[in-house]
Amino acid sequence: MTGRRRALLLLLLPLIPVLAAILAATLAPWVAPHSPTASRLSARLTPPAWQGQGTVAQLFGTDLLGRDVLSRLIWGARISLLIALAATILGAAVGSLLGLVTGYYRGRVDRVVTKLIDVQLAFPFVLLAIAVIAVAGPSIPVLVVVLAIGSWVGHARIVRGLVLGLREREYVQAAKALGAGTPRVIFRHLLPEVLSVILVLATFDVGRIIILESTLSFLGLGVQPPTPSWGSDLRDAAAYVRQAWWIAAFPGLAIMIVVLGVNLVGDVLRDILDPRTVPATRQA
Amino acid sequence: MRYIARKLAHTVFVAFGVVTLVFAALRMSGDPAATMLPGDASVEELRDLRHALGLDQPLHVQYVKFLASAVTGDFGTSLRHQEPAMTLVLERLPATLELAFAALFLSVAIGLPLGIVAALHRGRLADMMAMAFAVVGQATPYFWMGIMLILIFAVELRWLPTSGRGGIERLILPAVTLGTHFMAVLARLTRTSMLEVLGQNYVTTARAKGLAERAVILVHALKNAAVPVVTLIGLQFGTLLGGAVVTETIFAWPGVGRLAVQSIFVRDYPVVQAGVFVLALSFVAINLLVDLLYGWLDPRTRTAEAG
Repeated sequence: MTGRRRALLLLLLPLIPVLAAILAATLAPWVAPHSPTASRLSARLTPPAWQGQGTVAQLFGTDLLGRDVLSRLIWGARISLLIALAATILGAAVGSLLGLVTGYYRGRVDRVVTKLIDVQLAFPFVLLAIAVIAVAGPSIPVLVVVLAIGSWVGHARIVRGLVLGLREREYVQAAKALGAGTPRVIFRHLLPEVLSVILVLATFDVGRIIILESTLSFLGLGVQPPTPSWGSDLRDAAAYVRQAWWIAAFPGLAIMIVVLGVNLVGDVLRDILDPRTVPATRQA
Repeated sequence: MRYIARKLAHTVFVAFGVVTLVFAALRMSGDPAATMLPGDASVEELRDLRHALGLDQPLHVQYVKFLASAVTGDFGTSLRHQEPAMTLVLERLPATLELAFAALFLSVAIGLPLGIVAALHRGRLADMMAMAFAVVGQATPYFWMGIMLILIFAVELRWLPTSGRGGIERLILPAVTLGTHFMAVLARLTRTSMLEVLGQNYVTTARAKGLAERAVILVHALKNAAVPVVTLIGLQFGTLLGGAVVTETIFAWPGVGRLAVQSIFVRDYPVVQAGVFVLALSFVAINLLVDLLYGWLDPRTRTAEAG
């Protein structure tokens, strides 16, 4: 295989689960075989189609309340991806903006933000989330904000570092000398230079945030039942794993495969756009 | 000595910041009194509780009081257990640290050699298998790993117990659950770091001197490759403490994390506060240790930051 075909394959393969999840999320009302919340107690804990009393109508079996596992997976993709996307965009926007501003201005704002970053990095994210959610109560908007709080730091730190180097470049100095205002320098001259790095960072964030969201939902601090979400569905599953392996296996597999896909896409993007400045993925 | 003093000062600052952040997170995200009372509580009850918790005072007064309670370790009495919140948390701290260190030990004991082997067999089967494991391990959430381990080793094979603390057999599954993610991250970083070091001149020199390959790798390459690895271990310890919260919940491990999560649901606010505070501070302390170790491993950092 030639190098380019290999590279193309490496990009396309991990895209499959990611695209499948996006399709499932957008087309949920049409592709889900059943309602995700309609319970049928007479059919509770039906095993998947290939096992014992399983039926093809309920391919992946049913859960504790007789709800269709596959349909909940498909609807769960919608919730999990929406939250991950919203939190990633919010975190990336706030973090990058702070990185641009502090790197460009330096001075007091820079010192305050840098200290804040130091402190937050010294704080295990799950604990911060617990503290906030303990008081604010679990809900989807709270979840998005908390997850964004967990991801802005990475953007701020790396963008700031890049801008510190860029601001001394001739083209930036020239723009300033020609009378370009600060917003113009930041958005027209600096932002385009760091955009590819932000994109790579954000891709890794999506994977990380899907895991964090499902973790918080699993703990009962995120998406609340009966809303289908991969994490909160696993909460019931953990208690009934002895009786029904399928309600535990499938949502977790979904998380794993999608996150794996997103991370691999991130790896490829990093290799293409920016091989050195972006650090490896981290789960907080 | 100046290096140590500087690191200590930084740690005190960060600890102070962490306390402030806990305060901000707990006070600014809502009214704890309203969260603690049942929905049908009267206005008087709410006022009394706000008064009892000191929430009716101005924010800066609350902040100073919070700092004082952080220094003295007095976060009030648990509403549920009628014991000082701090005592409850400290009773459970050893269990959490035992779990976190067991996971750390496991991930270093397996992740490090895995990374070295992968680097030495770059591009061959061993490398590909190790990296496949690493990539999958990084994409697996702790809690699902825990559930699957229970399903396989406790339900199907009946080899290991699934809950509680005591004896090595009860530690294995939680430690594997908590350690796998870090093991994966560590294997990847060790591989990258080793590959970088193996290309350096001093490694070639060591080989040219006729040293045994074992000595070249263990003494010359590994010690230099260890610098980024040790930094990562420090940074990731916070992740381990965060993951311990989840792992403890799955395996009914009697640690601080499980206590804190349970306390949220019964609205036992002082315990949540004390638990988050103690775990965050443990992380700060571990990071100080790592910084000091780092200075010992790489003497350049001691002078480079001095200016």
